[in-house]
Amino acid sequence: MDAVLDNRDVFVDGFMTTITLTLLAAMGALVLGTLIAAMRVSPAPPLRWVATGYVEVVRNTPLTVVFFLSVFGLPKVGVGTTFFRFSLIALTVYTASFVAEAVRSGVNSVASGQAEASRSIGMTFVKTLRLVVLPQAFRNIIPPLASVFIALLKNTSIASAFAVTEATQTMQGLINTNGQAVIWILSATALGYVALALTAGLLFSRLERTLTVSR
Amino acid sequence: MVGVAVIALLVYLAARQLSAKGQFDADLYRPFLEEPQIYERLAEGLRNTLKAAAFGLALALPLGVVLAFGRLSRRWFIRIPSVGIIEFFRATPLLLLILFFFLSFPIVFSTRLEPLTALVLGLTLYNGAVIAEIIRAGIQSLPTGQSEAALAVGLTRGQAQRLVLLPQAVRIMLPSLVSQLVVLLKDTSLGFIVGFEELLRIGGQLVEVLRNPVQTYVLVALVYIVINISLGRLASWIESRQRRTYGAAVPVQTVESGMGQAGGGP
Repeated sequence: MDAVLDNRDVFVDGFMTTITLTLLAAMGALVLGTLIAAMRVSPAPPLRWVATGYVEVVRNTPLTVVFFLSVFGLPKVGVGTTFFRFSLIALTVYTASFVAEAVRSGVNSVASGQAEASRSIGMTFVKTLRLVVLPQAFRNIIPPLASVFIALLKNTSIASAFAVTEATQTMQGLINTNGQAVIWILSATALGYVALALTAGLLFSRLERTLTVSR
Repeated sequence: MVGVAVIALLVYLAARQLSAKGQFDADLYRPFLEEPQIYERLAEGLRNTLKAAAFGLALALPLGVVLAFGRLSRRWFIRIPSVGIIEFFRATPLLLLILFFFLSFPIVFSTRLEPLTALVLGLTLYNGAVIAEIIRAGIQSLPTGQSEAALAVGLTRGQAQRLVLLPQAVRIMLPSLVSQLVVLLKDTSLGFIVGFEELLRIGGQLVEVLRNPVQTYVLVALVYIVINISLGRLASWIESRQRRTYGAAVPVQTVESGMGQAGGGP
């Protein structure tokens, strides 16, 4: 117990890195995932092929393998950066494939008359998507997006294996120095994640209540 | 069409960068043709991966059933702990669970825990909690007439659950359960962190010798992708077959709840 209380600051630092990693990767994945979803519903077949390939390949690859390719593969092709950024790239690339699937199901949930109407008044495909379809789609997919981002929060723990001092790595460091308090340290870390996941869940359900249009 | 041009440009730039850094050099690929041991090692890794997944599934299924019925129990002292257990293990990173067993066991019991055991315990708890929710959704999607009829013919609540509700729930949720198998299989790769020699760790050992991380990890990824896409196809096939058999009676919304079930969750 003391080992936990005495190291409050270390825990907080670790979880701050976890939160930063989660938020940055979530933003990146939201942008990349939406782009890929847009490509998947685009009228140009090559774009659809690329997007479908991306989603199928990345979704079926373990995140750890994506991490390995990012951390050990990217330097081989001349990309050198910090472990934090390599982890960010891996998490973004992986999560984007799940965001893309969620956004695509949201696009499919918008009545096709909406897109047809906007095309018929002369809007381009991009305008139709940006101004008419996506704003309605996002309102419908808050719950699946929430579970994707909560999974992302948990997935950031894998960055601990690649020298990123987020919560899980912090925990391992503390266990190395305070072996006898191992149960307390592990429980405190687990509770930290549970608290973050619950908070995120509450925020998303509030967002859902605000955004959902009852029909 | 601008989009197509942009994608083409990106592909060209990526290929140019790969070739500028010599990633297309034959030396990086030659071992895959000339060294059959590579495939023996990878097959060994794959066997261990499948072993961990099989143990995890075999233990997570019964745990999931118990937790699902616990959560549906009429007695609060069974229901509340079940909800707590399910929510806790669903919200905790799997890696943390694996490390929990791997790191605390030697200190508490002063003997080392096999990496496979730590991995399987973590997989069991996490997937047990997820499977419990899948089965609960299946049971709740059944018409209430099912349990009413079972009770009316004199079955006890336990018998009704075991003999009437569970078999139907598992059938309805089979696509989701197969999809969860994809998640389980992907998660076995976390075993590399505790030193379990599964597919990914063997890949890492090969890279130390071959010095071609891009090529080897892409090969490893391909193995996972082929297996997981097959499992995903199986899940969609079962789902389409069920829709044909049951017609509109199947709660499609429940089966497809969440996004992209066919490929497994994140």
